[in-house]
Amino acid sequence: MSAFRNLFAKIRAINAHYHEPRIEMSRAVRLSLRVLRVYLLALVALIVYKFVLIVTQG
Amino acid sequence: MNLFAKLYYSLRKAWKAIGLYLVIAGPGLVVMVADNDAGGITTYAATGAKYGYHLIWFLLILVPVAYYVQEMTVRLGAITKRGHAEAIFDGFGAFWGWFSLLDLMIVDWLTLVTEFVGMTAALAIFGVPPWITVIAVILLMAVIVLNGRYWTFEKLALLFCALNLVYIPGAFLVHPSVRDVLHQGLIPNFAGGFNGQMFFFLMANIGTTIAPWMLFFQQSAVVDKGMQEKDIPWGRFDTLLGSIITVVVAVFIVIVTGTVLQGIDIDDAAQAAHELMKTDRYVGTLLAIGLFDAGLLGAICISLASSWAFGEIFGWAHSLNTKIRQAPWFYTTYFLMLVTAGLVVLIPHAPLVLITLFVQVIAVTLLPAALVFLILLLNDRATMGERCNTLAQNLTGGFIVVSIIILSTLYGFSVLFPSIFK
Repeated sequence: MSAFRNLFAKIRAINAHYHEPRIEMSRAVRLSLRVLRVYLLALVALIVYKFVLIVTQG
Repeated sequence: MNLFAKLYYSLRKAWKAIGLYLVIAGPGLVVMVADNDAGGITTYAATGAKYGYHLIWFLLILVPVAYYVQEMTVRLGAITKRGHAEAIFDGFGAFWGWFSLLDLMIVDWLTLVTEFVGMTAALAIFGVPPWITVIAVILLMAVIVLNGRYWTFEKLALLFCALNLVYIPGAFLVHPSVRDVLHQGLIPNFAGGFNGQMFFFLMANIGTTIAPWMLFFQQSAVVDKGMQEKDIPWGRFDTLLGSIITVVVAVFIVIVTGTVLQGIDIDDAAQAAHELMKTDRYVGTLLAIGLFDAGLLGAICISLASSWAFGEIFGWAHSLNTKIRQAPWFYTTYFLMLVTAGLVVLIPHAPLVLITLFVQVIAVTLLPAALVFLILLLNDRATMGERCNTLAQNLTGGFIVVSIIILSTLYGFSVLFPSIFK
């Protein structure tokens, strides 16, 4: 149990340490990250759709 | 006399340069040759069997593609002294950091399973049961990484890289027509027309040339080796040499299967080795040995890429220059990945084909992100200083990265929905 507590504490510490992105958020960087987010969401949606298709159609 | 003196001076200078290179050589060569892993060998064998020598020109184009992408990790690692995972956490915050780290872990683990599939299939040709292969591989990999020195690991890995060259004598043994290889292979053409299946093969070849774990591995290896800013030119040369060797090996695999197995549908490299055994026992044996070596080299690098990444983020000691007692979590992660992936192969009726397909789809979610982060980090003048990407590097690198993203995404789609490119 304490191992899990330690792990979560470590993850919280990592999140706090890397809370702020160090790279200057210029318009180009912001745009790149936004496009990447949309791309990944669309891809995940497609994978989930395929998974559902496999499950329902056997 | 003056001529001899000049010659002697030039030879000494060249010898000194070779000596210096041998000290710096490693990360670029190892990562590039390991790129010809079990999945890569399968792709090249299938390409040769399907299209003969006609796609050799396309493989040659992949030399600069692989070089441009991997060269950026050399600069980033040598300047920041951080692995790619840590650089993403630091540069873009915890959200993108966790996304990359967890995605890397999943992709690496699934790819490791495919390496074990390749290794067990290769040794099964010689009658070795899968469980013996899995145990032997894990023990061998323990010997390679547990010696407590990065240098020893790297030199042993380079030895396995040299074994990857077995495809070259293999190609000479099947007596290909040099005229046909040059005529059909070096002039860009699409044999049978540019159709869906051709497109699928082109995408598969690109997909095997640039894999997400390669970015993470080379950057961490550069850091673990202790490369400095002054070593960047040698690191570049190492990467260039590696990318040339990896494509040369790929070309020779295509020549072997293109000469002997043309017209046969190849689903995996072990099947190609079986088929070759029927026509030429020695060539089949070489292909099987090469497949085992490719899987082993891939497995070594992939498990290291993950354990380095976890060590960087969790703050564990994560160097091959440490003993197991000094870096227990680093080695635990390494062996946990390895043992669990090996065990999956031993499960009767495990969905190995599904896993192989799934790797390609999951890799598509990580590769674009890792490449975009790479370009953005290389443009961070505050960190990179003079080693920041120039406009020409951004245009070339940007073009390559965008092309890889589009093609690998289409490849992922074609795996998810096989009918769309038919």
